[in-house]
Amino acid sequence: MQYSEKVMDHFTNPRNVGELEDPSGTGTVGNAKCGDIMRVYLDIDENGIIQDAKFKTFGCGAAVATSSMATEMIKGKHISDALKLTNRSVMEALDGLPPIKVHCSVLAEEAVRAALWDYAEKKGIKIDGLEKPADDIHDGHHHDLQESD
Amino acid sequence: MPKTIYLDNAATTMMSREVLDAMMPYLTEKYGNPSSIHSFGAESNAACEDARKKIAKFINAKDNEIYFTSGGSESDNWAIKSVAYMKKDKGKHIITSGIEHHAVMETCEFLARDGFEITSVGVDENGIIKLDELRKAIRPDTILITVMYANNEIGTIQPIREIGEIARSSGIIFHTDAVQAFGHIPIDVEKDNIDLLSASAHKVHGPKGVGLLYIRNTIKLTPLIHGGPHERKRRAGTLNVPGIVGFGKATELARESMKDASKITEKRNYLIDRILKEIPYSRLNGDRDRRLPGNANISFMYIEGESMLMLVDMKGIAASTGSACASGSLDPSHVLLAIGLPHETAHGSLRMTLSEHTTKEELDYTVETLKGVVDRLRSMSPLYEDAMKENKEV
Repeated sequence: MQYSEKVMDHFTNPRNVGELEDPSGTGTVGNAKCGDIMRVYLDIDENGIIQDAKFKTFGCGAAVATSSMATEMIKGKHISDALKLTNRSVMEALDGLPPIKVHCSVLAEEAVRAALWDYAEKKGIKIDGLEKPADDIHDGHHHDLQESD
Repeated sequence: MPKTIYLDNAATTMMSREVLDAMMPYLTEKYGNPSSIHSFGAESNAACEDARKKIAKFINAKDNEIYFTSGGSESDNWAIKSVAYMKKDKGKHIITSGIEHHAVMETCEFLARDGFEITSVGVDENGIIKLDELRKAIRPDTILITVMYANNEIGTIQPIREIGEIARSSGIIFHTDAVQAFGHIPIDVEKDNIDLLSASAHKVHGPKGVGLLYIRNTIKLTPLIHGGPHERKRRAGTLNVPGIVGFGKATELARESMKDASKITEKRNYLIDRILKEIPYSRLNGDRDRRLPGNANISFMYIEGESMLMLVDMKGIAASTGSACASGSLDPSHVLLAIGLPHETAHGSLRMTLSEHTTKEELDYTVETLKGVVDRLRSMSPLYEDAMKENKEV
């Protein structure tokens, strides 16, 4: 198994690690059983622009790298654009992931969506195209879902 | 300390220079096939028989009870499948443990798909097999007990003599995978009541691709690999002469270095003690005393093993982990789960296995590096964040 240079870069120098005080929204997905948990903090301004994004991740090199890349990709974006973030776009931005690590990129997508859901709930608004995140993404079919892509 | 530090000797070891020197003639000018009648053949044959003698003596076996194979996995496959095949009319029940190497585990699972019944006996929190559970598992149709001598991940040494006694008194064949034990701790197939034993050369500074199966003379084990009359018609295939010569030399050297095993144990204890003392939320996996000399397996709470492995590798340290992410599956090591670790603790394990070449300076550097790596990964761990908040609230 070999990671791309970009994955190694984002793993060794992860961007946006940390917490936000008083975040507009936070989301935690994954579970310790499978060995990866990701938490995303978002600071969203009154125009719906993501001013800052931070993360904390318990997981392997790929989990850390996708967390780093996903937060980079949504920073400065409007929430409607952030919703378009997919595990595939995160993977592509990292020049790919080994097949067994694809589920890590699903985690990043789900974490961002969970944080946006939290934001919407706090604000009492509805964001088009955003559904309530599952309690545990690993209970679903995500592990098998993307591997054949 | 910019050079690399190798702490993965349970995966494989550096081949000794002396082993290479012993092998070299058989890779070059002494290329005869040991089965050939001419002088080339005789020369190779004598070298293999010399190696066989050394190895047999080392585990208190007879020369004609040692059969060379391609390695530990072949030996395990051969022992288990051939006993199953030979004894299937007597019964189809096999007893094993929950912490076996994949070579044993997967072979048993293969047989289970073919109508055999496998009972996997549990281990305690240190990885020692529960003997009362083993006794209770025995049935009239039990044909084989296969339990490893010492565990590859947590280093726990099993009560092999007792297991052998239980098998012997019940008339059941006893196989042990001794790949991690051979050359590291004393083995005596007579005193330990062992019928079949697997070992491998590359775990004791020998070459890769050569191993052995000890077969007690009273057992007429059928071949796994059919063909020519090599190895007393039990294992076909031209002998791996350089490999066998290297295995013999490595065994000879191991016999000497085992006298200094306490030095490795001391260094290992030094490593374990420093880590447990200086890195909070760390725990030793496996038995403190009944443990292979070179094995240290430690879980660091709230962080994941593959990340740890990658970061220490960048600092020049080669180790191993029981995390799922490193194994290509989603479940962490079956061994760590069998000793009762929660999944997240199993994911955070790091195995460091020492050799006689490991120095105290290397271990000091390792501890200092680990402190930094563990701190760094915890600072980005949501589990650590939650745990610290809970601590404050309490």
